[in-house]
Amino acid sequence: MNLPTFLGGVHPPEGKALTENKAIEILRPEDPREFVYPLSQHIGAPCSPVVAKGDSVLAGQKIADTDAFVSAPIFSAVSGTVKEIAPRMTVSGSVENCIVIESDGKYSPAPSLLDELGHKPQPSEYIKLIRSAGIVGMGGACFPTHVKLSPPKDRVIKWLIVNAAECEPYLSCDNRLMIESPDEIIRGLGYVLEIFPEAQGVIAIENNKPEAIATMTEHNKNPRIKIMPHKVKYPQGAEKMLIWSVTGQEIPLVPALPADVGCILLNTRTAWHICKAVEEGKPVTERVISVTGDAVVEPKNVEVPLGIPVRELINFCGGFKDEPVKIIAGGPMMGLAMRSVDVPVVKGTSGILALTKNLAYMAEESACIRCGKCIESCPMHLNPTFLDHAVRRRDYETFEAFNGMNCIECGCCTYNCPASRFLTQTCKEGKAAVNAARRKAAAQAKAKQEAK
Amino acid sequence: MSAKLVVSSSPHVHSDFSTQKIMCMVILSLIPAGIMGVYFLGLRSLAVIAACIVACVLSEWAWQKFVMHKKSTVSDLSAVVTGLLLAYNLPPTMPIWMAVCGSIFAIIIVKQFYGGIGGNIVNPALAARAMMLISWPTAMTTWTLNGISGATPLAAMKAGQTVNLSVWNMMAGNMGGCIGETCSILLILGGLYLIWEEVISWRIPVVYIATTAILASLFGHGSALCEILTGGLLIGAFFMATDYTTSPMTAKGQYIYAFGCGLLTALIRTWGGYPEGVSFSILIMNVAVPLIDMYTEPRTLGAPKSNFFKRMGGK
Repeated sequence: MNLPTFLGGVHPPEGKALTENKAIEILRPEDPREFVYPLSQHIGAPCSPVVAKGDSVLAGQKIADTDAFVSAPIFSAVSGTVKEIAPRMTVSGSVENCIVIESDGKYSPAPSLLDELGHKPQPSEYIKLIRSAGIVGMGGACFPTHVKLSPPKDRVIKWLIVNAAECEPYLSCDNRLMIESPDEIIRGLGYVLEIFPEAQGVIAIENNKPEAIATMTEHNKNPRIKIMPHKVKYPQGAEKMLIWSVTGQEIPLVPALPADVGCILLNTRTAWHICKAVEEGKPVTERVISVTGDAVVEPKNVEVPLGIPVRELINFCGGFKDEPVKIIAGGPMMGLAMRSVDVPVVKGTSGILALTKNLAYMAEESACIRCGKCIESCPMHLNPTFLDHAVRRRDYETFEAFNGMNCIECGCCTYNCPASRFLTQTCKEGKAAVNAARRKAAAQAKAKQEAK
Repeated sequence: MSAKLVVSSSPHVHSDFSTQKIMCMVILSLIPAGIMGVYFLGLRSLAVIAACIVACVLSEWAWQKFVMHKKSTVSDLSAVVTGLLLAYNLPPTMPIWMAVCGSIFAIIIVKQFYGGIGGNIVNPALAARAMMLISWPTAMTTWTLNGISGATPLAAMKAGQTVNLSVWNMMAGNMGGCIGETCSILLILGGLYLIWEEVISWRIPVVYIATTAILASLFGHGSALCEILTGGLLIGAFFMATDYTTSPMTAKGQYIYAFGCGLLTALIRTWGGYPEGVSFSILIMNVAVPLIDMYTEPRTLGAPKSNFFKRMGGK
């Protein structure tokens, strides 16, 4: 069978067997404890607290917000009191301002967003509702969904794609969500389709999830939605790769966006949240996480309230059977290696992966042998080893000229490199250096203008 | 729980490919053809093979330890591959000291002078063979088979003689030639193994062999089958032209490179001064690789089609 896919990519061991057949279990600690909410859980402007120390909060109550457009409010998942607003360590290892809530274990609910609205939401009000529910891309990038759904006026949206590829190895939370609540995902996409009357809805699933494909196909009664199985290949779920294989269109080079080719992508869990926000006025206060890896006693898919420490999740799964050398927030190809498990779960935490030294990759770099495997595997059709050399000699001009800024950081080149060169890593470095130089130049230009 | 967690940038997993594993597979794929070479051409061949491998590995180790003062990379086995390939390209009667000189030349001058593995611009084994062919032409072109000196089939063709070799003898390697280049059937099987294991792609060997066979028979040099099965075409196309470092990195570049190798081989075999043109063809195309790479840079997904010319300074 010829399934749609893209050119390039790799086939890392899937590791999904650990959790893919495990039904989602709910973890809701009922004893009083701390829940921590970083003020920046999304791409864009960080929020400011709307509660103060000593305030009592309800489950689902907004605790931080901002007027900035590219941002999303943050909600407490528990009822309790605000203990403090102080710097705490987050998943990325950096120390950020967080709202710390001492829960009372009762989860007393706050009034729903629909109560505030006072009536059944109309399609014209969906985008506002999605923003006030704090919905962001739940796959890990955390781009605010209402921004995605507000493309420039001259862009006609023809495709609305739910990205259910879940191409990252080990993770299976989207798979379980599709099997266990297919209707919510289909209805969620349906609501977005009401906003864009000309769009075709697609739910793209990698072919290694036959149960999810069957369930979704069976439950899909919406004639505007098509369930589309895709070839199993990493990174099938990357934005540009998925749009290419679904529509045959290439997104132009950065800074072009999917909307420029008439596409909007939504994560599976994001579609689920849109459904819950429209129907029940429910904000983002919990998510499903795959807690997995060869160091975990009993890998599981767990639904947890946001703000809970990662340590609780690991304890819930029986702790470690072998000593982990790496604990990763997300999948093994693009996830963040964590410094500590005493950090809170945030909106973008799709998985907690604990790897022993048998699986975690810690090879020593050797010389490039020019085998070309990085070029072959690059889904963006870049020349990773060339970019790598450019970054290492700090030649950012060449890095930019050869489209280094278009690297999607998927990790395929490093994964495939027989010389174990840190190709993805140096590309990230190059991108960061170019971005820093651009910011500096912009600031200097602004200062010059102001001086005049 | 352990207090020490490794924090590093993604990705956190790696394929099980490594330089050492690739070299191991290349060595494995070359062994059967070598055994047949020793069987037909005599035990003397084994001494040449051993001398080349030992000299290559030792000179790489010594250079890195005593001259460069850096960590030795002999464990990546690339020096073993160079030694093996060089020996396979020598006649069985080659004096050992010459084989050792060739090995040292290959490793130190061709490989280490240019920065070691991944840095050389021409194939070390082939460059050493070319050097030896020029320095010791008699020793390099004296062939014995079953104790009788004679010309290789290609040399006989060059001299205008008709070659009467059964296809079976050409396939098995029962003919005059270098140690490792005669047993066609095992070279093909070794090459197929490397393609199957995704160490090399089919592109360079298939395009190279097809181009040589078609062009040489068009030029009226010999039959296509004879072109493929005699001389160094098979070992060159499967094992030498596919050397990562000295071949283009993109598919498009590999087609151009392989066609160039094939064209040059057919030209040299038909009209050149040497009976055999594989080594020189590959060496010449090796030098063209940076240029080919530059002109076959892949088009980034989403980049306009004219992107390349703009980068090269065009409008």
